Amino acid sequence: MASETTAGPMPTTTAEAQGLWGYSRAQFVALLILIAALIAGPFFLYPVFLMKLLCFALFACAFNLLIGYVGLLSFGHAAYFGMGGYIAGYTAKAWGFTPEVAVITGALVAGLQGWVFGWIAIRRQGIYFAMITLAMAQMVYFVCVQAPFTGGEDGIQAIPRGRLFGIIDLGPDMNMYWFVAAVFLLGFVMVHRVIHSPYGQVLKAIRENEPRATSLGYRTDDYKLVAFILSATLAGVAGGVKSLVFGIATLTDVHWSMSGEVVLMTLVGGLGTVFGPMVGAAVIVTMQNYLAEMGAWVTVIQGAIFVAVVLAFRRGLVGEIANLLKVKL
Amino acid sequence: MLEFLETITGVPTPLLFGQLLLGLINGAFYAMLSLGLAVIFGLLNIINFTHGAQFMMGAFVAWMLLAWAGIGYWGALILAPLIVGATGVVIERLMISRLYKLDHLYGLLLTFGIGLMIEGVFRNEFGSSGLPYRIPAELSGAWDLGFMFMPIYRGWVVVFSLVICLATWLVIEKTRLGAYLRAATENAPLVQAFGVNVPRMITLTYGAGVALAALAGVLAAPIYSVNPQMGTNLIIVVFAVVVIGGMGSILGSVITGFGLGVVEGLTKVYWPEASATVIFVIMAIVLLTRPAGLFGRA
Repeated sequence: MASETTAGPMPTTTAEAQGLWGYSRAQFVALLILIAALIAGPFFLYPVFLMKLLCFALFACAFNLLIGYVGLLSFGHAAYFGMGGYIAGYTAKAWGFTPEVAVITGALVAGLQGWVFGWIAIRRQGIYFAMITLAMAQMVYFVCVQAPFTGGEDGIQAIPRGRLFGIIDLGPDMNMYWFVAAVFLLGFVMVHRVIHSPYGQVLKAIRENEPRATSLGYRTDDYKLVAFILSATLAGVAGGVKSLVFGIATLTDVHWSMSGEVVLMTLVGGLGTVFGPMVGAAVIVTMQNYLAEMGAWVTVIQGAIFVAVVLAFRRGLVGEIANLLKVKL
Repeated sequence: MLEFLETITGVPTPLLFGQLLLGLINGAFYAMLSLGLAVIFGLLNIINFTHGAQFMMGAFVAWMLLAWAGIGYWGALILAPLIVGATGVVIERLMISRLYKLDHLYGLLLTFGIGLMIEGVFRNEFGSSGLPYRIPAELSGAWDLGFMFMPIYRGWVVVFSLVICLATWLVIEKTRLGAYLRAATENAPLVQAFGVNVPRMITLTYGAGVALAALAGVLAAPIYSVNPQMGTNLIIVVFAVVVIGGMGSILGSVITGFGLGVVEGLTKVYWPEASATVIFVIMAIVLLTRPAGLFGRA
């Protein structure tokens, strides 16, 4: 990575130049496998489980856009995820918005929130950035506890899935699944496009050496802010879709532990890899599913995974595989 | 005089002073915890996310000492910080010390994971309902100050934590050990070249910071119920306190801690709904006007 920045301000690796639509050959194969898995998945696994997994995978991809490509550790991404969920749920239930409009509304509010918080947080770097985003998210949590529209401890319940574009009934799980899968794929491809655009190359330059990017004439704060807004918006999409899938939006989704979970998912999958966040999300969601009856031990196990990954597997699962195969994934 | 005060403030005086006292007590915990965070950050360059869990451990060790070994409050005040500090030394040696060459963010993630583990273990063992811890006989009861009743224990917490903060400041600013510490914060390799065992100093500093958190936990045990989550919510507020104060100055973090506690207490009087968020709002305002923090160096 370091060699890229010394080569010039906008490096293009040979793998990317040869690849298809900005994907390297290995990434393209992985993408095809992903699409095949998305199509075949619901015939082998419980669709609601898969939808939950996809929502968290999209959330993790949004988070990875910041930590993996700009080097910003946001420890408060639950704020955007949860707010997207609340707004989508509220507008779908109280105002009768169709699902796509409800999700977009939730995403816009989350993005707006990301704009304000990002604008405040990018004044500091590194550890301070993480602490500030965490504190801002905690503020959102307390607001959600008290605000009338969130339903406090009860949350928003019985959110209707509604009819997509007013036509397709999303009530049946399979219909909802195709909607969620489409949204996920769209979000995933969008993150990839952002990263591989000239804008994304500047983001990577900022991650590698911010003073140098500044000296090359880039307004690094503006770049970081736009990345933050994009990430928050996508997290809002993920949260909105999740609240429609389960018909409920609660305080759990804005709690700091949710912020910790998305960090864990991305870390387990591999920071800065394209496919890592979704693999990490799959691992953590599956684990929570199987260990649900173990109560607080789940917290202990999650903590242990954090420690193990930080101490021994900093590349994450996908990062290790990519390293073994000597490809970019 | 009291009627006059009531007219100015618009609230009954006992309510006002009661909340001010609660604010001072919260402020005492903010100050002690942010002090520990600042000392650890100064030398180790990591933000100790385990701090909240270690605060909670202090309270639990005090409870265990009483329930299992019959050692009361005064013994716990000395033993609990030592025991929890010792676990901190082990954590630093086994895990944190492996990360010094890496990005500081890994330290944050590691200590977050350790905190989750500790909290989870305690939740399994003790449930999340909370355990009672009695105020020691010497400090129970209340003084009638004329304008309010002051529980003696609460006054003790404020005074004792002030003494601890001042003592920490004195050790760091006025002693030879503190001079080594400050020098190592500025330039560790150079201090090591003078023959000071810097790795051991780092380990002991982490242990001391952790012990400070545990001491705050013992102080908190009789006031709040002893429960596994007592530290986590607190530590997020303390992060905001640290951002507001900036970690450059010891005295600065003490003043910020107590000041914000009082502000929070006053908010409870005048606008109770905002009391949970006021510190975060102040953080945002400070970041917009003085990004380095009130006492920080840019």
